[in-house]
Amino acid sequence: MKGTEAFQELLPLLGDEPVVHANGFICRESFSIKDREENFYMIGSMGLASSIGLGVALCQPDRKVIVLDGDGNVLMSMGTLAMIAAEAPKNLVHVVIDNEVYESTGKQRSISNAVPLEQVAKSAGYRQVVRVDKREEIKPAFEKLMNSEGPVFLLIKVEPCFDPKTGRVTHTPEEITERFMKSLR
Amino acid sequence: MALITSKSFIDRLIQENFNFFTGVPCSLLSGLISHLEAVEEAKYIPSVREDAAVGLCAGAYMAGSMPVLLMQNSGLGYCLNAFTSLNLIYRIPVLVIMSWRGQGGKDAPEHIIMGDINQKLLETAGMDYSVLKPENLDQVLEKAMRKINEEKLPYTLIVEKGLFDERH
Repeated sequence: MKGTEAFQELLPLLGDEPVVHANGFICRESFSIKDREENFYMIGSMGLASSIGLGVALCQPDRKVIVLDGDGNVLMSMGTLAMIAAEAPKNLVHVVIDNEVYESTGKQRSISNAVPLEQVAKSAGYRQVVRVDKREEIKPAFEKLMNSEGPVFLLIKVEPCFDPKTGRVTHTPEEITERFMKSLR
Repeated sequence: MALITSKSFIDRLIQENFNFFTGVPCSLLSGLISHLEAVEEAKYIPSVREDAAVGLCAGAYMAGSMPVLLMQNSGLGYCLNAFTSLNLIYRIPVLVIMSWRGQGGKDAPEHIIMGDINQKLLETAGMDYSVLKPENLDQVLEKAMRKINEEKLPYTLIVEKGLFDERH
């Protein structure tokens, strides 16, 4: 499955949940397929999508909060997996699109081919982890995890496919903050 | 003898509506963190690294809370990219309480360089701060609240050794 296919499968399953996006490929691909007010596009601060998502989840415990992360971001902030497991927000769903490369900078390899990130999340203490590598497995896995007590972790293994012509997020950072906060009120 | 008690300072922050506390410890801030762990109205979440604490605070703020980040100045390096590529451009405020190790060149070797440059780093990044003193508490908090509520930007309070009761 190519990365784009994972987004095409996943994004229609979303309702009005806030989704915190990791920088790079994750932001750009998601934005170009379907922009949403509830999307927080983190264009810089690599590694922090998971901690931002944790902050949102802890302060809005009554709504499901999704982190849409990448392997590079997870590897950079592995300690945050431990923080998420320790705080154990029931409403946090951590989805990782794992293409084993830093895709938007030219496909330099990450090390997630050697390190099974779902096992890291499981060892840290996430309540459930699921790893999928086929497109048709995404919907049942995501729906099951959305109906489970968090924190839960969905690892989607994909092949790189990023087209550098894919646009960047066109909203300014201030606009992103403003509309994301409005959607959370 | 501490110049400001941890209790009175935390009470004051709670009065200013701060309700989300996280950070990475420093002995200079140990009294504050012990007090935060003990009081009902506040919750302190241990962060594993200072930039993760910046992310956590950003999420908390956008979800309607008022965050405070406590850290040693050694954490400032880890935070600079988070401040410059997240808080400053997205206008996501946070109150930072940063201890000043290495002040005046008198400290363990690992603190000397950061102790010398921490204010210059904040200035270079365009981030406002004040060195907190018992006599300027009201004044700097007013400045901090203006920065946070009106400009939606971070504000740092620098804490010198001996300002708060230290439990270490």
